[in-house]
Amino acid sequence: MKKTGAEIFLESLIKEGVDTIFGYPGGVVLPIYDALYKSPLRHILVRHEQGAVHMADGYARATGRPGVVLVTSGPGATNTVTGIATAYMDSVPVVVFTGQVPTTLIGNDAFQEADIVGITRPCTKHNFLVKDINDLTRIIKEAFYIATTGRPGPVLVDLPKDVLSAEAEFAYPEGVNIPGYQPTYKGHAGQITRAMELILTSKRPVIYAGGGVVSSNAAVELTQLARKLDIPVTTTLMGLGGFPGTDPLFMGMLGMHGTYAANMAVTNTDCLIAVGARFDDRVAGNIDEFAPYAKIIHIDIDPTSISKNVAVDIPIVGDVKSVLREFLKLPRAATGLKAFKKGVTDWHGQISEWRRTHTLTVKQDMKGRIKPQYVIERIYKITGGDAVISTEVGQNQMWTSQFFRFASPRTLLTSGGLGTMGYGFPAAIGAQVAFPDKTVIDIAGDGSIQMNIQEMATAVQEKLPVKVAILNNRFLGMVRQWQEFFYDKRYSYTCIGNRPDFVKLAEAYGAVGLRATKPSEVDGVIKKALKVKDRPVLMDFVVDAAENVYPMVPSGQPLSKMLLV
Amino acid sequence: MRHTISVLVTNEFGVLSRIAGLFSGRGFNIESLCVAETSDELVSRMTIVTSGDDRIIEQITKQLNKLINVIKVHDLTGEEYINRELALIKVNSTAETRAEILGIVDIFRAKVVDVSPRTYTVEITGDEEKIRAITELLKPFGVKEIAKTGRIAMARSLKVK
Repeated sequence: MKKTGAEIFLESLIKEGVDTIFGYPGGVVLPIYDALYKSPLRHILVRHEQGAVHMADGYARATGRPGVVLVTSGPGATNTVTGIATAYMDSVPVVVFTGQVPTTLIGNDAFQEADIVGITRPCTKHNFLVKDINDLTRIIKEAFYIATTGRPGPVLVDLPKDVLSAEAEFAYPEGVNIPGYQPTYKGHAGQITRAMELILTSKRPVIYAGGGVVSSNAAVELTQLARKLDIPVTTTLMGLGGFPGTDPLFMGMLGMHGTYAANMAVTNTDCLIAVGARFDDRVAGNIDEFAPYAKIIHIDIDPTSISKNVAVDIPIVGDVKSVLREFLKLPRAATGLKAFKKGVTDWHGQISEWRRTHTLTVKQDMKGRIKPQYVIERIYKITGGDAVISTEVGQNQMWTSQFFRFASPRTLLTSGGLGTMGYGFPAAIGAQVAFPDKTVIDIAGDGSIQMNIQEMATAVQEKLPVKVAILNNRFLGMVRQWQEFFYDKRYSYTCIGNRPDFVKLAEAYGAVGLRATKPSEVDGVIKKALKVKDRPVLMDFVVDAAENVYPMVPSGQPLSKMLLV
Repeated sequence: MRHTISVLVTNEFGVLSRIAGLFSGRGFNIESLCVAETSDELVSRMTIVTSGDDRIIEQITKQLNKLINVIKVHDLTGEEYINRELALIKVNSTAETRAEILGIVDIFRAKVVDVSPRTYTVEITGDEEKIRAITELLKPFGVKEIAKTGRIAMARSLKVK
């Protein structure tokens, strides 16, 4: 029996194991929406297409399964671009389906036409325009395959309206045949042995783990290896949760707002083991002075990440999980593990000393203003760390990375690469859709939350108990901090004092709004919010506007040049 | 240093813009780019001439390989390969200069492919040096127009050191 392109599209999604679509209807995707009317697929109706992509992204990061987006042509498609670029920079598997004007009208400046394949070429892993209904299932299969394998990333598929209305037999392909795409999963055995030998002759080793550990589901292997060899671990922002934040070997995050211990350890290490990380400028500071004494081992599935920013001594291209498993097999055979462990005792002593002298602490005067860090610390304590946390971008994001100890992977959703304000709230919604019973909290600033606040309506409509904790300092705090440090306190356009009343705003949407203005009210607000199970809660924490994020490595400086409190 | 990179890509729409976009988006430099179908109609060969230090060339080849439409990347630089460019040069000719121009054409084993009362159009294939040389020699006669392809290249099968 023949089916329409729209029906084939939905059947294909089911074949791919998709259960939820984040979308927004429009003219050219009407055939799909009509077929969706009687489909078992769940469709979350967003209020802005950017929100749909961030939701799918949050869903994907929290579950490890691809997030799916469906939007219309023209403005529907262009509104997805920030979401796609966000997913691209952080290697998140998202498949975005955009409607397109009929093939006969493409290039005619038709109503709601945009060359979205052209627009998203540099910010997708790959993208497709389906010109013939007979290519539809193959392209959908390839889109999901490309998005989820190798280094994951967003894929966009553009669907002209006439393709959606045309008819064909439905036959979903079993596999894919893409000659130009064969990711390397297995690491080179010789390189792995060489790397292990290097580690065992080092005296001051450090593991530097990134988002690749999370996306390759290798947290267990990384933890085993670090514990087996007794090597201290630091992670990037994207790597948080990839190693238990409570483990004695964990030094915290490194980089611009990394801990003193992590930055000093990386500066002084003689053997840096980079695992699924890419030496980004926020991590490395001044690249020429990054890990100056270290031999560097770099494990990454993406060959372009290797020796892009930093010259590497032992590159290993492969899937982090698979490579770490090979590493785990080696120490048994390798002699000198005992001697190695003995040799690194001084190094552990040094790290403990750095830790002891520069601990991240919250100094909350219970009679003073609420410290933003205190709010995060209380959220951590009250939830017992058992929550999926998303953040926006800026001070809220950095304080979260410092004061919430992520115990397991896929519990932190944050826009690390692109740094997208407005990401956290829809991402939290996406995670809550995937895990209706989990506690999901977006830690936000009063600036960022206003960038996608319209999704409150989505959360209310879907009865999602997602929580938002606004660290309300009446400023675009991180930019204000830079103005304070580097622009002689000229606070040019960073004061957003005439904000809305967030409690009333929440109530206007049909959500719960709560406010704390004194430190003594913080616990009560958090506990009250956690009790709400049938609608979103917006918590407005009116915090001290003068707080800054420390430590801070000024842009372009080496990691050892930290500004400390 | 200049590198000649031969890239096999799937022969479909949009591939050229992916390659061009990769170079412009990452600040790599394209000196010339030639593309045409190979003996397999599903595959095209692009010959790209680019320049950069070793680190940049390594990134260029890796980034090219990362594109889904790219099947194979081969940096020919440093091995033996044949490279050719083709140029059409329209040069002023008069009764006095015709013989001299034909002499140059003959020496370079070029061809005159179009004649008008006042011009010759010369077709020349060869490497960059050869084309530059004939162009310089024709200049004094008055070159009206030049159309040049970029470089195409192929590795030699028999490698004699």
